Amino acid sequence: MSNAKSKERPEGYPDRHYLNAAHGLKSWFLTTDHKRIGLLYLLAITLFFFLGGAFAVLIRLELATPGGDLVQPETYNRLFTMHGIVMIFFFLIPSIPAVLGNFLLPLMIGAKDVAFPRLNLASWYVYMAGGIFTLWALFEGGLNTGWTFYTPLSTVYSNTAVTTAGIGIFITGFSSILTGMNFIVTIHRMRAPGLTWFRLPLFVWSQYATSLIQILGTPVLAITVLLLALERTLKLGIFDPALGGDPVLFQHLFWFYSHPAVYIMILPAMGVISELIATFSRKRVFGYRFVAFASVAIAILGFLVWGHHLFVSGQSVYAGAVFSVLSMLVAIPSAVKVFNWTATLYKGAVSWETPMLYALGFIGLFTIGGLTGVMLATMGIDIHVHDTYFIVAHFHYIMVGGAIMGYLGGLHYWWPKIAGRLYPVFLSKFAAIIIFVGFNLTFFPQFILGYLGMPRRYHSYPDEFQVLNVMSSAGATILGIGYLIPMLYFAWSMFYGKRCTQNPWGAKGLEWETASPPPTLNFDEIPTVTEEPYDYTPKEVQHAG
Amino acid sequence: MSVHVEPIRVYITIFLALMGLTVLTVWAAFQDFGVMSNPIALGIAIAKATLVVLFFMHVRHSTGMTKLVVAGGFLWLLILFGITLSDYQTRDILDPPAAMTMPVDVPGPAHH
Amino acid sequence: MQASSHHSSALAHHFDSFEQQRESASLGMWLFVAQEIMFFGGIFTAYLVYRVKNPEVFALASSELDLTLGGINTVVLILSSLTMALAVREAQLGRGKGVVSFLIATLVFGGIFLGIKSVEYSAKFEHHLVPGEHFHFAPSQEEMDHLWETKGFTPEHIDRRAEMFFSIYFAMTGLHAFHMIIGMVILLFFFRPAWRGRYNADYHNPIECFGLYWHFVDIVWIFLFPMLYLIGRA
Repeated sequence: MSNAKSKERPEGYPDRHYLNAAHGLKSWFLTTDHKRIGLLYLLAITLFFFLGGAFAVLIRLELATPGGDLVQPETYNRLFTMHGIVMIFFFLIPSIPAVLGNFLLPLMIGAKDVAFPRLNLASWYVYMAGGIFTLWALFEGGLNTGWTFYTPLSTVYSNTAVTTAGIGIFITGFSSILTGMNFIVTIHRMRAPGLTWFRLPLFVWSQYATSLIQILGTPVLAITVLLLALERTLKLGIFDPALGGDPVLFQHLFWFYSHPAVYIMILPAMGVISELIATFSRKRVFGYRFVAFASVAIAILGFLVWGHHLFVSGQSVYAGAVFSVLSMLVAIPSAVKVFNWTATLYKGAVSWETPMLYALGFIGLFTIGGLTGVMLATMGIDIHVHDTYFIVAHFHYIMVGGAIMGYLGGLHYWWPKIAGRLYPVFLSKFAAIIIFVGFNLTFFPQFILGYLGMPRRYHSYPDEFQVLNVMSSAGATILGIGYLIPMLYFAWSMFYGKRCTQNPWGAKGLEWETASPPPTLNFDEIPTVTEEPYDYTPKEVQHAG
Repeated sequence: MSVHVEPIRVYITIFLALMGLTVLTVWAAFQDFGVMSNPIALGIAIAKATLVVLFFMHVRHSTGMTKLVVAGGFLWLLILFGITLSDYQTRDILDPPAAMTMPVDVPGPAHH
Repeated sequence: MQASSHHSSALAHHFDSFEQQRESASLGMWLFVAQEIMFFGGIFTAYLVYRVKNPEVFALASSELDLTLGGINTVVLILSSLTMALAVREAQLGRGKGVVSFLIATLVFGGIFLGIKSVEYSAKFEHHLVPGEHFHFAPSQEEMDHLWETKGFTPEHIDRRAEMFFSIYFAMTGLHAFHMIIGMVILLFFFRPAWRGRYNADYHNPIECFGLYWHFVDIVWIFLFPMLYLIGRA
């Protein structure tokens, strides 16, 4: 029955589109179509997401009891290291830009493709090459340095697969750089006629800001990891204290990229949320220009704050004080966004579609993550809770509560565009709710644990922390199920879902003005843009006004 | 529409200027300018790099966007240098400077 | 969709005009150069920090480098930049044979640079100035006594800081040489289209973008030369 239903074609459903334009593995693996490349990324990062998730499951299982009874301490070190490396470099950083950005950017600006389609495909292969090295590191037994690779542990003491994993990250970084270059040139040079900067969707603004960070930050991580590998292999002692080298220099260089990298994860999610809030409130985003410039401001300010990771590392207290103040400045553009989203909701025609549930979840969770970030930027508090579960909870509220909520929200919102098919409404809302509940149950107890003094990166803990840890592990189970459900119904929907109309949400934006799924060259005729973005005011009201 | 083609003489002049500056920087390295010797060496290098960027890399005739990218690249480099050094240059304020250079286990000059 | 179906035209399917195509390529390449600036920036930061921490030993270690060879290499590399710029100019004018001759010149100068660099490297191996177990830095007794009296540096301290200098020296020049090797390999791919007269006023962005890369590598050396070879010579 569902099969017959899935073959029904709504009016205007295209016969030919990018999914059936060509068949066979070669047509996918050698494609230069940004939409197909987006799907290649979707498959790859989903695999890495569940790999990283598997490590998280083992971590939470170990922490369900105070004693170290599931894995050895050394194994535990490798688990949280691989969890961090896989989730950050192979899932979060490419997630929204490489999947949704790749798919949507040319559609949103009325272009036939990104500026450099072959480079775009190359970036996927570069990503996969980096991924293979990381998997290889896993087969070598993983590594135990934490995803931060701090020296001299990573150079002198660790005899695990640091070099292999480092090479993996070095390579994958270039995939991120190539994507960033491609997007910036695309946004500058490929916009449709009439599409001025202030008519761009906010998702495009946020992708632009993200790309700036990818280009200016990633190479510094690349050279840092390369120097680390050279120190391990060729004995060039750039960070070696025995030669007068300074391990804190490694931390400076590492966080020069890795703090802005947090904004590589959260800025695209913010862009997604702006789109969702506008569509499902049927209103123009309040203070459009402020939200747009806030993205750029976050990207720039993000480069000036890295020293707050070094408050207890031997950095000068004077530099620490400056970094503390600069870090708090990031709260200003972030708050601009949160307030403007809230103001957009005000008196809007709010509907509770699945993507909107993720958007609303994002606003709440990001606010908690952001405000605890201001707490941590305060040196006095940071020194107290440094390297405790408070930090772990804080950055998971940003990365999971923020970035993954945004990613899933975006995936649900644009899925009809991507697949030309719908997913089950009730099941998707159910999944959104249990992800929200599971997330909070996992990570809110960790704020309390950290505040009470439980340090991170230990495989055992005193008995009095068990209740909160069991809550966290139970939440992680719920969260894990929550993530499995969308994966299953998206996979089902891709082939058997009910076919949808061109614009099922009644949304504004160029991406909805072409067929769903779009033709290979995106538009039958390149559109000319004449109106502001998110122009949901009915035409007669406009004339009356 | 069409591109700007520089006359050959521009390239030759810039090349000769770069040669001149190379000789100058080697000469300057052997003069005692005191604290100014590092800024002089760096200044000459910046002048040479500027010539290459403006003429060999055609930034002189490029769009404003290209100029912005070049300026942005170097600005970000300065952010990396400046903020990192702001840590190192303020560490001594708390510690006596000797602690940076004097090793604790000083046995006296043993010769290789 | 596939570019191969457009053999007759050098304009890719997703661009409207040569101008759009050329400006996209140029902007993309400049963003790549910005990326390269930051890539080298990381190791320049390391140089800066350690140079500020150990000015005396760095100056002493620097004097072990061969100024004559370094100076000749500077001239050779700037020459290769000149011929590269002229190759791009020939491409703009649509003179394929001219492009080929200047590319050969660029390749030759690049080769000379790497040859001289390898002579320098092998001298460092012979003098035990390569970081690792065999590293041994032996300045004159006079210099060591001077640093002991003025700064309290032991020979071991001097030896270790000099090893740091040479670590940075090999990382920086090695990375630079690696960029040159990559560049020379890519350069080989321009001979065929240039010889066939593919480049003209409308379509020369590939070779122009490559020129930007080559000049950037030249600029890196323009900074490496004074930073590594010229400090503390006075």
